[in-house]
Amino acid sequence: MKILVPLKRTADPDNANKIKIAPGGAKVVTDGLEPKPNPFDEYAVEAALRLTENGTNPKARLAGDSVVVATFGPKEASQTLRQALAMGADSGLLFESTDDNLDGDLVARALAKVVEKEKPDLVVMGKQAVDGDSNQVGQILAERLGWPSATFAMSIELSQDKKSVIVGREVDGGVIKLKLTLPAVITVDLRIVSPKSITNHVTPATHNYQEGARYAPLPMIMAAKKKPLAEAPFASLGADGLKTSYVKFEAPPARKAGIKVKDVPELVQRLRAEAKVL
Amino acid sequence: MAKILVVAELGSGALKKTTHSAITFARTAAQGTGGSFDILAIGRGAEVAASVLGTFGAGSVLIAEDPYVADYVGERYSPTVASVAKSGGYDVVVITASAFGKDLGPRVAARLEAGVASDIARVETDGGKLSYKRPMYAGNATATMTVNTSIQVVTVRQAEFEAAAPSGGSSAQSKVGVERQPSGDKVEFVAFEESVKSARPELTEASTVVSGGRALKSADGFKTVLEPLVDAFGAAMGASRAACDAGYVPNDLQVGQTGKVVAPKLYVAVGISGAIQHLAGMKNSKVIVAINKDPEAPIFQAADYGLVADLFKAVPEFADAVKKAKAEG
Ligand SMILES: Cc1cc2nc3c(=O)[nH]c(=O)nc-3n(C[C@H](O)[C@H](O)[C@H](O)COP(=O)(O)OP(=O)(O)OC[C@H]3O[C@@H](n4cnc5c(N)ncnc54)[C@H](O)[C@@H]3O)c2cc1C
Repeated sequence: MKILVPLKRTADPDNANKIKIAPGGAKVVTDGLEPKPNPFDEYAVEAALRLTENGTNPKARLAGDSVVVATFGPKEASQTLRQALAMGADSGLLFESTDDNLDGDLVARALAKVVEKEKPDLVVMGKQAVDGDSNQVGQILAERLGWPSATFAMSIELSQDKKSVIVGREVDGGVIKLKLTLPAVITVDLRIVSPKSITNHVTPATHNYQEGARYAPLPMIMAAKKKPLAEAPFASLGADGLKTSYVKFEAPPARKAGIKVKDVPELVQRLRAEAKVL
Repeated sequence: MAKILVVAELGSGALKKTTHSAITFARTAAQGTGGSFDILAIGRGAEVAASVLGTFGAGSVLIAEDPYVADYVGERYSPTVASVAKSGGYDVVVITASAFGKDLGPRVAARLEAGVASDIARVETDGGKLSYKRPMYAGNATATMTVNTSIQVVTVRQAEFEAAAPSGGSSAQSKVGVERQPSGDKVEFVAFEESVKSARPELTEASTVVSGGRALKSADGFKTVLEPLVDAFGAAMGASRAACDAGYVPNDLQVGQTGKVVAPKLYVAVGISGAIQHLAGMKNSKVIVAINKDPEAPIFQAADYGLVADLFKAVPEFADAVKKAKAEG
């Protein structure tokens, strides 16, 4: 089974409060923030690896299985691909572009072209990029490909014959379970990296993964340097045109500074008399 | 003169309150452009929902009810929604950005070759042209954007679009046929595993939200320590990602950038550090109270009232005091 995982690099999401707005609001400036893989994409890599390995021997893909990672971004984005290769992915594809020239729709159309070429059995991707927070690429990609899909996955069970998956979707009020016939698109939610979220009938049912995406050990980082990473211009994919325009950016209004209360009685008194919420 | 199609959300056969936010968007956008709006009810219960949906001033309510679209499966809903949007000559398709709308909106857009404005907080109609404000970077930037295609898809943030109230009357109703696509047959609806239902208000609709974090230490901590406070306020219960990940409460109680966005009159954060991903989901609340034992916790920077205390002592006392205050009226 071949899995394609699209990746985006984002300015250090844990420090998103340090972004600046360019004078005139023309753009968001992320200078000084370390580029990091979008966390949901890292979780997607983790899910793809868990699907294609015996969890007791996570260094090797199962015979016939592979994980390909792809990104659209500047040359430096190859760094993000290397990180995924160090986690265990087999090969990487970089299509050079700048973020300003992409929107969710174009990314999905370009990914459809990558899928045509790579012919994966499954696309596993993050449900959203935590900079733009648009949450749309997986859905658009699935419709364009005409593939079945499941968004917001918290669990994936691959069938014995590898022809279908049962996906648990995190939705309002509970979990929807869908069975998809492959090839398919899955977008992952936070809980996809919990210890027993993935079943592939090879990893023993008793196996508990560590919570979260795996760290790459040093030997894997070294080995990743030798893994294939192909580069091509974004234009080579034959997808262009934006359906949305970002006109202006502003800083959100700041909250006025609050106070510390000394104890519960003061808190209750202020909530009644001052804030009038009690 | 925007002609707008609202897609109603039905859950377990009943109309969901999320829909009322999309209706508010539609009223605003229609008013600002001299346009009009219709509502599409699709899924099990659409016919029953239609009479309620007809009281909001829509030109008409369209009904698509068929076994093919009984339960929500994106691939089975998108062809019908797109086809209604196209044949009806709509300019905008709007859905509230719940799990349903986030999943369906972009699919419909893909079928219509439409651009999407996701999870918007505001619509502007200057000069009769629609533009949208949406938070990005975990709420640290507000972008103004436009959609360049002749038909647009918009998903709206429930916390930012107040629920529409009925305006009376009853819209004309008509039935529409269901369209299919091949991928719809490659998805099988297996089950909806509902989380334990509570009698409390919905997180995204409550006027007070009390949320707990990792510091509550267990499901039992939520039950015995936090819940009495939640119920003293008559509030909805929320949680941080850490508390959801640890299984203390169901995942759909997660407040934050990647969970639910809330903006109640009062938000109480208990034992939550205030990571930017959490702040993104609650910082537009009118009044914020934080209880945390660490005086340096970032949550205090967003709080109107901060109490530095051990929650296991302060929360029971707080719950009692709230009960008393409410009893006094
Ligand atoms: C991709 C991604 C998406 C995310 N999305 C979200 C999201 O949507 N929502 C969200 O909430 N998080 C989200 N997070 C996680 C976020 O970064 C934080 O890790 C999380 O919010 C922390 O939860 P917490 O505050 O409960 O736990 P902690 O950060 O561990 O904080 C616990 C707090 O409790 C206090 N405390 C401990 N004991 C006591 C006591 N006895 N009395 C009083 N106070 C006490 C501590 O001082 C501390 O401040 C996301 C992270 C990633 C990577």
